[in-house]
Amino acid sequence: MFDAIRPTLPNRPGVGYKAQHFNDIMADADPVGWLEIHAENYMGMGGRPLAQLRHLSEKFPFSVHGVGLSIGGEGPLDADHLARLKTLCDWLNPASFSEHLAWSTHDSAFLNDLLPLPYTAATVKRVADHIDQVQSTLGRHMLLENPSSYLAFAESDMSETDFLAEVAARTGCGLLLDVNNVFVSATNLGYSPQGYIDAYPLEHVGEIHLGGHDEDEDETGAPLLIDSHGAEVVDPVWALLDYTLAKTGPKPLLIEWDTDVPEWSVLADEARRADRALTQTAVAA
Amino acid sequence: MITTQTDFRTALLDPNSPPPEGVRNPDGVQATKRFDVYRNNVAVSLTEALETAFPVVRKLVGDDFFRAMAGVYLRAHPPTSPVMMFYGEEMPAFLAGFGPAQSVPYLPDVAALELALRHSYHAADAAPVAPDALGQLAPDTLPHVTFAFAPAVRIIPSRFPLHSIWWANTHGGKNTQNAEPALVTRPEFDPQVDVLTPEQAAVCTALMGGEPLGQALRHGGADFDLGPLLGLLLARGAITSLKT
Repeated sequence: MFDAIRPTLPNRPGVGYKAQHFNDIMADADPVGWLEIHAENYMGMGGRPLAQLRHLSEKFPFSVHGVGLSIGGEGPLDADHLARLKTLCDWLNPASFSEHLAWSTHDSAFLNDLLPLPYTAATVKRVADHIDQVQSTLGRHMLLENPSSYLAFAESDMSETDFLAEVAARTGCGLLLDVNNVFVSATNLGYSPQGYIDAYPLEHVGEIHLGGHDEDEDETGAPLLIDSHGAEVVDPVWALLDYTLAKTGPKPLLIEWDTDVPEWSVLADEARRADRALTQTAVAA
Repeated sequence: MITTQTDFRTALLDPNSPPPEGVRNPDGVQATKRFDVYRNNVAVSLTEALETAFPVVRKLVGDDFFRAMAGVYLRAHPPTSPVMMFYGEEMPAFLAGFGPAQSVPYLPDVAALELALRHSYHAADAAPVAPDALGQLAPDTLPHVTFAFAPAVRIIPSRFPLHSIWWANTHGGKNTQNAEPALVTRPEFDPQVDVLTPEQAAVCTALMGGEPLGQALRHGGADFDLGPLLGLLLARGAITSLKT
C-alpha cells in the first residue's frame, strides 16, 4: 500500500482515558503504558480536554479510537468528519487510529450507536472503499474493530471472520480484535468464541480490546449479552484473551470502561490483570 | 431479503413500527427483542446526552418530564454530527414551541445559556489583554477603539431573571423580578456566568459586533457607566485585543 504511518502501540496494557483520572495518571499510571481516547470527545477548539491531552501526550503513546465515522454506512463518508479526524491525528500524532465495522449515520442523522451490517460481497466492497478513503486522507494505516452483535441478517452469506480477512487483504488495514465483542456476539448468535478466534485472521491484529458486558435474555429465554463497557471484564473473556494471546503472542491490550466509570485504582487493577496475561504469554513463547 | 439502512433507521426511531423484516434471531426467526437492544441504545444514549447538556432545564421540569420531552426531541432532531458535545442546538427553539412546557416561559433562555456554557468550555484558547490595556491608549482615541473578544465569550439576552434562575438551580438562592441577561466567559478552563443589566448586555453585544466604543455606548442610554462592565470583562479575561 501507499507510504502511510503504521500503528506503533507498545505490547502493554492501556486504558480508555477519562478526564476524572487525569491527576492519578500523571502521578502514577503503572502498569498502564498507553491511553486511548474516543476521537469525537476531542473535537472542540480548545479548553481543558485538549490541554489535558497536550500534557498526557508528553508521557504516553495515544490510540485515537473513532466511534462516529460510520464506515459501514450505505452513503458516502462524512467529509467534514473525516477532516476533523485528520486535524486531531495531525495534532496528536497518535500511535494508532482505529474505527468500527458498523454504521451510525444515515440520511444525515447520526444515531449514536454502532449499528450492524450484513456480510456480503457488496458490503465488503463498500467497507473496503471507505477504509481506502480513510487511510489515504489520514495518511495512516487504520485498525478495524469487530462489533458486538445482537442479531443476524437474512441476506448475510459470509462469516464475520471471512469478511474481516477480505477487507484487511483489500485495504492493507490492520484489525482491532475486541475479545469481549467476540464473546458477546458468539453467545448471542450461538457459535463458539474459540472457533471464531481459530477462524480469525490473527496475523492482522494490531490491538486487543477487553471490556465488561451486561446479561439479559431474548423473548425465547436465550441468553442476550449487551456490550456496556460498564463493569469488570468477566472470567470467560479473560480466558478467551489467554486463548488468543497463545496464538498471537503479546499485543497492545486495552481495558474499556465507559459507563459507571470507577475510580482509578479499580481500572489499574484490571490493567494489572492484563499485564499478567501479557507476561504469561511472553514466558510461554 | 435485503434490509436497507433506511428500513433499519426508520424502525429504530419509531417505537411503534415493527423491526425490519430481514433481521434474525440465531434460530432464523425474525428478531424483535434483539432489535430493541439497538432501539434502546439509541434512545437511551441520546436522552443521556441531553441530560448531560441541560442539567438546569432538567432540574426545572423534573426527571420524568425531561425524559418524555427528550424522547420527542430526539425523534424530531436526531444528531446531525458525530460530535455529540454540541448535541441539542435546537433545544431553545424546540422548547419555545413545545406545548407542555409553556407554563415555564423562561426554559428556552435557560437552554440557550446551557448551550453557551458547552460552547464556551470547548472554545479555542485565547490570551487576554492586560488589565490596564485601555489606560495605555491616548484619551482622544478611546471613542474609536474596537474590542476583540475571546471565542469563549457569549451573551444570552433574556427578559427573565435568567442569571438568578440559573444561580438558584446550581448554587442556591432566590430569583429576582428583573430582566437579567447572562454573560458567559472562560477565564481558564471553567466557564463563568455573570449577571448583566439589559443596558450592559446591549453595549457588550455592540462591542462584540465590532462597533467602536463611542458608538457602542449609545446602546446603553444617557446615564450608562462603562466602568463596571469593563471591569468585569477584564477580570474574566474576555477581551483579547484593542484596536484604534
